[in-house]
Amino acid sequence: MKSFFIDLSRCIGCRGCQVACKQWHKLPAEKTANWGSYQNPRDLSFNTYKLVRFEDQVVNGKVEWLFFPEQCRHCIDAPCKMVGDMYDDKAILRDESTGAIIYTQRTKNLPFEEIKGACPYNIPRLNPKTKVISKCDMCLDRVENGMLPACVKTCPTGAMNFGEREDMLKLADTRLKEVKAEYPQAGLVDKDFVKVIYLSRFEPKLYYEFMYAENRPRNLMNRQQMLARMFRPFKEVIDSA
Amino acid sequence: MTNHWIDIKNSNAVLVMGSNPASNHPVSFKWIEKARENGGKLISVDPRFTQTSSRSDIYAPLRFGTDVAFLGGMIKYILDNDLYFKQYVRDYTNATFIVGEDYAFNDGVFSGFKKRTDDSHYGGKYDKDLWQFELDADGVPKRDMSMQHPRCVFNLLKKHYQGYTLEKVSQTTGTPVKDLRTVYENFASTGKADRAGTIMYAMGWTQHSTGVQNIRAMAMIQLLLGNIGVAGGGVNALRGESNVQGSTDHCLLWHILPGYLKTPRASQSTLDEYNKAYTPVSNDPKSANWWNNYPKYSVSLLKSMYPDVDKDKAYKWLPKVDDGRTYSWLEMFDYMHEGQFKGFFAWGQNPCCSSANASKAREALSKLDWMVNVNLFDNETGSFWKGPDMDPSKIKTEVFFLPCSAFLEKEGSITNSGRWMQWRYQGPKPYATTKSDGHIICELMSRLRWLYRNKDGKFPEPVLNLGYHLWQDSHGYNAQKIAKLINGFFLKDTEVNGKKFKKGQQVPSFAYLTDDGATCSGNWLYCNSYTDQGNMAARRNKKQTKMQANIGLYPNWSWCWPVNRRILYNRASVDMQGQPWNPKYPVIRWTGEKWVGDVPDGGWAPGSKHPFIMRKHGFGQIFGPGRADGPFPVHYEARETPVKENFFSKKLRNPVAMWFKDEEFAVADPKYPYVCSTYRVSVHWQTGLMTRHMDWLLEAQPQMFVEISKELAGQLNVASGDKVTVESIRGSVWAVAVVTERLRPLKVMDKEVHQVGLPWHYGWQFPRDGSGGDSANLLTPSVGDPNTGIPETKTFMVNVRKA
Repeated sequence: MKSFFIDLSRCIGCRGCQVACKQWHKLPAEKTANWGSYQNPRDLSFNTYKLVRFEDQVVNGKVEWLFFPEQCRHCIDAPCKMVGDMYDDKAILRDESTGAIIYTQRTKNLPFEEIKGACPYNIPRLNPKTKVISKCDMCLDRVENGMLPACVKTCPTGAMNFGEREDMLKLADTRLKEVKAEYPQAGLVDKDFVKVIYLSRFEPKLYYEFMYAENRPRNLMNRQQMLARMFRPFKEVIDSA
Repeated sequence: MTNHWIDIKNSNAVLVMGSNPASNHPVSFKWIEKARENGGKLISVDPRFTQTSSRSDIYAPLRFGTDVAFLGGMIKYILDNDLYFKQYVRDYTNATFIVGEDYAFNDGVFSGFKKRTDDSHYGGKYDKDLWQFELDADGVPKRDMSMQHPRCVFNLLKKHYQGYTLEKVSQTTGTPVKDLRTVYENFASTGKADRAGTIMYAMGWTQHSTGVQNIRAMAMIQLLLGNIGVAGGGVNALRGESNVQGSTDHCLLWHILPGYLKTPRASQSTLDEYNKAYTPVSNDPKSANWWNNYPKYSVSLLKSMYPDVDKDKAYKWLPKVDDGRTYSWLEMFDYMHEGQFKGFFAWGQNPCCSSANASKAREALSKLDWMVNVNLFDNETGSFWKGPDMDPSKIKTEVFFLPCSAFLEKEGSITNSGRWMQWRYQGPKPYATTKSDGHIICELMSRLRWLYRNKDGKFPEPVLNLGYHLWQDSHGYNAQKIAKLINGFFLKDTEVNGKKFKKGQQVPSFAYLTDDGATCSGNWLYCNSYTDQGNMAARRNKKQTKMQANIGLYPNWSWCWPVNRRILYNRASVDMQGQPWNPKYPVIRWTGEKWVGDVPDGGWAPGSKHPFIMRKHGFGQIFGPGRADGPFPVHYEARETPVKENFFSKKLRNPVAMWFKDEEFAVADPKYPYVCSTYRVSVHWQTGLMTRHMDWLLEAQPQMFVEISKELAGQLNVASGDKVTVESIRGSVWAVAVVTERLRPLKVMDKEVHQVGLPWHYGWQFPRDGSGGDSANLLTPSVGDPNTGIPETKTFMVNVRKA
């Protein structure tokens, strides 16, 4: 199983990853306007799988500029897939060898709001014309040919890392120790649930509302709710028996 | 750079000032991170909290244009606290030299000042004869090794920076005293033999009317701390274009010929007079005085241009510049604005967006009879007559557009900031009918030669006798042939330094260039780059000795000038016995028989030659008597400033800077209350001519913006995302407000001063709907540094209001 380790103590917000993703997938650029930030596009979309978010913060009286190169987490037990499987288990796939969560053309028949609502990180995006849902695909075509994902390949500082999960977890633990010496609030975000592990210097909520999966306000089912929903048809049958 | 990119990793303290490597040289950040991994500290001093600042250990704000005050304070701190590297300062710098009695600094000017009385482009001029050293009977500078003499450089230095106290510096720069102390303490800690500090700077330092003095101040600090010639040290400019180092080495600027030779003056009518004027003479047997080889380099250059012509005759054909005049960019556009030019090649540039005082440049183009624009895409310059405020019916300029190839489509070298000449092979063939610059030049030259020959060209000899056949093969321009010519070869069988050479052999290094016409070389600095062993710039071998690997030298990866010496002035990295000051990161070491490590700065035995071999006397110049605006940097305010007072000088601003007499400037002007600067972002480049055409880049940074503090936004009632107007005396632009914590008002002389900044990547021509905005240079002034003429685009005064 593969994983990403994204070391935000090394990210300089250059946007190489954002552009490399666009270039590799030949995704069209969106028409954007400056909304008062270096960040653009403003949000992920069906044409923007990787987005560097910028956030000014003041932490302990000190100015900080936080960069968050956001992408799909390729969750180990992906809630979007759990919901998708209820409707069509061939729409959202999990690649056997890498664990990549892949959205196929068949996602156009899934109820988008439910898929999006299932994701704790607010990642899935709809193409309003074709109704296909899209997101990061782990550059599976590159990875299967022995190459790194485009965003990882282009990163100049070593913020982006990719490889076998055990290796990435080892690297993450080593780096966390080193970074914590300087930033006591550093942490590995949702490490055990995702295949894209961010090392944040500060509390995740300072970077972005949906950086982490705790305390989701709405539209998110926890695992129990999800399982309950999955079994609902059977429960109805049993109850009516 | 005196050092190079990888060497940054060897540093204990990386000072980033006047630059923003995280944004503008992101790949370099890898090496900064390695320095931090090794325990080094990143110190970011910047008016804005930038992407670099976000990764720094120490951040200190300062007011745009007050870097000399900041650095002057550091010099005083180093001297007061005895933090300088004593042995190095005494033995390797001119700190011990005694300056003549005529030198003085009073009332904000040095001795020998004459104010402008005529149409000169400069506010005044100095007679530098008054700043010379006392010499002994042999013409060698007298030295006081005890450094007690009141007029020895060391004591003059102390005296000059006496007034740069923490309080006065803080009131000028707006940097809190405690931040000054933190920066000074950390950087000055590299004055120890086993510690090194480096400086990474760029246009934030150079583009000022005191630009050269900013660099001088840092060079002086590095000499005091013993940081020149050592690993992890040096004075390191981050070049803003992948091959601008190459362009400066091959001397595209008016005042120099390839290899930093001087452009001849009209009064120098013979080659001998010219060579004599620029060949320094030293009677000190310990001074290598390397420029005494000047005639070998100038003659070899002449022979590269005119291989079959006698050298003295060839010299007469070189264009000359008038005595006492300068011809830099701002002056050129001033003349053009007066209608003094018939034609203009805007080659690979976009002056309508890049030139300071851009509207003056735009108007200037309308006075031309013709213009040729060579570029990849149509742009604000190529279509200047269609621009805003232009009336095409009143413009007679005939414009030609020659579409050229992009970098990927051409073979040739680029020379990076670290002087590494790296060969590139052609990728895809040029698109459609575009041609490479080299091909365009050769075809133009071919046509010109035909015209001179067949259409009665006046004075045809200098054109028709050029060694034009050396530039091409049967297909036209040939980069490899040019590279071989630049290195140089023997024009006849000869013997040099006891070695025999045959006609046609490549010259192995500049040590074998001659002044008798036997050798040609298009650039002596690059002699050694293309030898009989092949194209050294094309090497990609990671092999190195353990000593070299320790400091990341990579001597077999590409080639650097001079003679592949990776760290300049490295003789200063060892003591007089040839042993490294820093045993952890040695650069060179004398084994008892020879030098190992990097290419030594001259193979002579240790202690036998002074280390700064390119200076006449051989010493690092703490006192610099050659600068147009003084031997010591002085804090002068920029031409446009928010203040009326200067604590360090009775003259508010640089008295000898370049500015045009009839132009107005904002000084403590309530109409233009905010200090402004320009800078770059990662996703755009230069005027955005290429990057605005890249969809994903324009998507990421679509529009002109201005960063302003929350405090100022509150005063102006502006929210992030609102359009505002930014205006200066010269012009105005609209920009989207980016309201941010990363800019704060500064306390300057008990006044609150606001600072704002804009990128200069946009132009009206593209995107075609005008949504990108226009160039920030519509705001900047035509003011120049007196040494270089470089425009002061990094500090000027503006007003900001809601649109």
